[in-house]
Amino acid sequence: MEKNLICICCPRGCHLTVDENMSVSGNFCPRGAKYAIDELTHPTRIVTSTVKVNDGSYSVCSVKTASPVPKEKIFEVMEEINKVELKAPVSIGDIVIKNVLNLSVDIIATENIELVK
Amino acid sequence: MRKVDLLIIGGGSAGLAAAVEAYDRGIRSIIIIERGAELGGILNQCIHNGFGLGEFKEELTGPEFAYRFAKQVQDRNIECHLLSTVTSVTPNKVVTYVNEEEGSVEVEAKAIIMAAGCYERNAGAIGVPGDRPAGVLTAGQAQLMINKFGYLCGKRIFILGSGDIGLIMARRFTLEGAKVLGVAEIMPYSNGLNRNIVQCLNDYDIPLYLSHTVSQVIGKKHVEKVEISQVDEKFRPIPGTEKVFDCDALVLSIGLIPNNTLLSDIGIKVSGTKGAEVDQYLQTSLPGVFSCGNVLHVHDLVDNVVKEARIAGESAARYIQGDLHVEEYDISCAAKDGVGYILPQHISGSDYEKVDFKLRVRKPTQNVYIEFIYNGETIKRVFKGVIIPSEMEVISLPLSLFKEKKGALEVKLTPKEVNQ
Ligand SMILES: Cc1cc2nc3c(=O)[nH]c(=O)nc-3n(C[C@H](O)[C@H](O)[C@H](O)COP(=O)(O)OP(=O)(O)OC[C@H]3O[C@@H](n4cnc5c(N)ncnc54)[C@H](O)[C@@H]3O)c2cc1C
Ligand code: SF4
Repeated sequence: MEKNLICICCPRGCHLTVDENMSVSGNFCPRGAKYAIDELTHPTRIVTSTVKVNDGSYSVCSVKTASPVPKEKIFEVMEEINKVELKAPVSIGDIVIKNVLNLSVDIIATENIELVK
Repeated sequence: MRKVDLLIIGGGSAGLAAAVEAYDRGIRSIIIIERGAELGGILNQCIHNGFGLGEFKEELTGPEFAYRFAKQVQDRNIECHLLSTVTSVTPNKVVTYVNEEEGSVEVEAKAIIMAAGCYERNAGAIGVPGDRPAGVLTAGQAQLMINKFGYLCGKRIFILGSGDIGLIMARRFTLEGAKVLGVAEIMPYSNGLNRNIVQCLNDYDIPLYLSHTVSQVIGKKHVEKVEISQVDEKFRPIPGTEKVFDCDALVLSIGLIPNNTLLSDIGIKVSGTKGAEVDQYLQTSLPGVFSCGNVLHVHDLVDNVVKEARIAGESAARYIQGDLHVEEYDISCAAKDGVGYILPQHISGSDYEKVDFKLRVRKPTQNVYIEFIYNGETIKRVFKGVIIPSEMEVISLPLSLFKEKKGALEVKLTPKEVNQ
């Protein structure tokens, strides 16, 4: 059975077709082919959110999973993210949670938060 | 009065990329005036990933992308005034800005780059019927509240409009524990990028009601219910199709409008995009004033914003250096059948070998050619299997195609069958 998907790897959103032999067409770049196969076998997503920061220039700091996590784990990952509180300063790339849920993926900060006394 | 070579209004991705380009072309006297507390503009509140695949070959979140550009500006020691708002521009290129420390300051600039982004249409703009309770807000406001300050705008949320910000926020609300009851879109198709329909709505089973609008907002002090109805082809609610949702917030994602009044107020010509009319240098009808980014036309991809801003930065640098030639060409560009708008609206000079044309179609269309007709003759056709309004097309054509250097270019869609 042919399957139609929309690639979500970048905003271009290519329309992909996967045939019975798992060969992919419609992708503008190689990432689309990998996405289609992954999506049909084990779908994953990057999760982005915010965590609470104390003494910072803002009260929350944006974070992301450093690489995609299994789609069915998104809400569990969110629960872990929501448990964390940071203390300013925070720098882009700081590890906020190491190896979240043993998925071999870190949660990292995606913005700088300055210390405000 | 203080004098500078280049003044940039807005320190979002457009303003920053333009500043870096002008600097790297030799301009040293540059100031950026930014209303917000940090550089980067709207990107700072877009914490989702999907930025910069073209620019950095990796997928970044908005704040990470903003940081890289802000750093390029800081590394060059370009002067930035934060928490400073430009209040007027004069035809002699005197710019007034205000801030808490300096008060009101006038600066005379040889060139100005307008990069003030866009603003969101709100409930007043579309006349949402019903009560006027608290809890009706735009998607960008809701995004700012949650992503920068940690406040969720409701627990049971309905979204009107399927623009990208609305879709992104549907997912964000859901992840933060709110229930998104649905998204209503008045058009028969979504206005957001496909990828956002997939990963923001479908992933979380959030229903999208196409050809539906909010027909009633109900609530005394705070939103209590919204009623949606299906619409007919003239976008009028059809009686008998009402659905009512109990909710405590109505979030609007119903369009963005260029924040161009500083220029339109002084008579700089405005185009159909509600941004300024420009030539291929991105120069407006007032020589020495350039425009780029969302203030020129609303972009869906930051990569396109950055490319456009670099052209504005280069053109402004050339203008300041007395090296911008506008005489040789004089061609008008117009959008025809099926094409909503085309940019630039005018081709004037000869300094760049290529012209980047940008356009959006009016509605989703299949199997068409985008046809460029210059003085009655087709000079280029680009085939598109699918073309949708939410994705801007960029087509680069060599200037050498415009042999007569004068006349008119029309861009339209022609169905494939007709041509065969
Ligand atoms: C919610 C959302 C999601 C998006 N998602 C993606 C995505 O996934 N991938 C992608 O590639 N692109 C995405 N985009 C598109 C892209 O990122 C933006 O179009 C781009 O960042 C716009 O840059 P800009 O500099 O033109 O505008 P802005 O970032 O809005 O910058 C304009 C700046 O001008 C300042 N300003 C305005 N008026 C004045 C004044 N009078 N005086 C001083 N300063 C002023 C403002 O404070 C602001 O900082 C998204 C856009 C939005 C809104
Ligand atoms: S196939 Fe490549 S270009 Fe197309 S959407 Fe996927 S990542 Fe983007």
